[in-house]
Amino acid sequence: MSDTGAWVADTNNRGRSTAARAAAWRFVLQRASAAVLAVCVVIHLATMIYAARHGLSSEAVVARMHVTPAWPAFYALFVVAAAIHAPLGIRTVVDEWLGLRGRVVDAALGFFALLLLGGGLYAVRALAG
Amino acid sequence: MSENRDSTLPVRIWRGDANGRFERYDVPRHASQTVLDVVSHVQKHVDATLAYRYACRVGMCGSCAMTVNGKARWTCRTHVDAVVGDAMLEIAPLNHMPIVRDLVVDMAPFFDKWAAAMGAFTPTATRHDDFAQVEPASPQRRAIDATIECIGCAVCYASCDVVGWKPAYLGPAALNRAWTLVNDVRDGAGAARLRAVSDDAGCQACHTHQSCTERCPKHLAPTGAIAGLKRRVALAALKGQL
Repeated sequence: MSDTGAWVADTNNRGRSTAARAAAWRFVLQRASAAVLAVCVVIHLATMIYAARHGLSSEAVVARMHVTPAWPAFYALFVVAAAIHAPLGIRTVVDEWLGLRGRVVDAALGFFALLLLGGGLYAVRALAG
Repeated sequence: MSENRDSTLPVRIWRGDANGRFERYDVPRHASQTVLDVVSHVQKHVDATLAYRYACRVGMCGSCAMTVNGKARWTCRTHVDAVVGDAMLEIAPLNHMPIVRDLVVDMAPFFDKWAAAMGAFTPTATRHDDFAQVEPASPQRRAIDATIECIGCAVCYASCDVVGWKPAYLGPAALNRAWTLVNDVRDGAGAARLRAVSDDAGCQACHTHQSCTERCPKHLAPTGAIAGLKRRVALAALKGQL
């Protein structure tokens, strides 16, 4: 059996089902967060273009964000999607380009996800006033 | 090509193992000459120690695949005129597999991955059962029609960027085979096969570059098969069936 064959046998012995489910859920979360981000980025860009074309100051923009809870809710959704999507993408990049994988990498990326989530939601809280 | 008949074709051919080098040969050029004809000429008339594989010479067996001017191809079905013009012909072993010698690679990793993807049919009937009735126009059978003609030449595997980046990746051929069996109503592997192809090195690792689909000599679309597996695996995970 080749090295690849040995790797396959080893993988099969170590919780094939758990690894399969994890990979499938990473795929689902990555695609679902991408779909949410696609919509969020368009709305965010349209908002920025509107603000720029109408000469709104940063204070005026923030004031309008206070009008309805829909804006903070929208940006909270944006943050959650980014916190899911970015670490999953980086996980693939460091695997394929640097050959880094395993629990330490996953833990570091989990911490990165929490950092994005915490920082993002902190900023949204400021927007909500 | 008639104007170039009887001229000479400069060829660079890989010699040795992974630490080998290209060596130059001058081969008589003929009309309708294939790349396999060139390799065979060198082996028969210039250097009998040149190692290469071929069998049928007519595009049925898939054993003569090599890297020709940077792209994986069947050498028996590739005319020299189609790939070189007036430039030099360069012939190397297939990518992503260990080089045994010269143009021969060890295909064990490639076929091990077919086994890892559960590429073997898992029967559900016995010899005492009647023949299965499979409607030719059914969606499952039509999906199989699009994948079944793979002959395991490894052109797709050698063309895949992801295999190059991540050697454990199962690759287009093994996943194409798995998708064929996922659609086979007679097969009984079910969720076990979906688990076999769902992994960091499984179907989700495909970046949809479509090099496999572009270069498949049989004009199959492994990219489509892999996309089908991604959908089926995701659905199984959402339903808690994985």
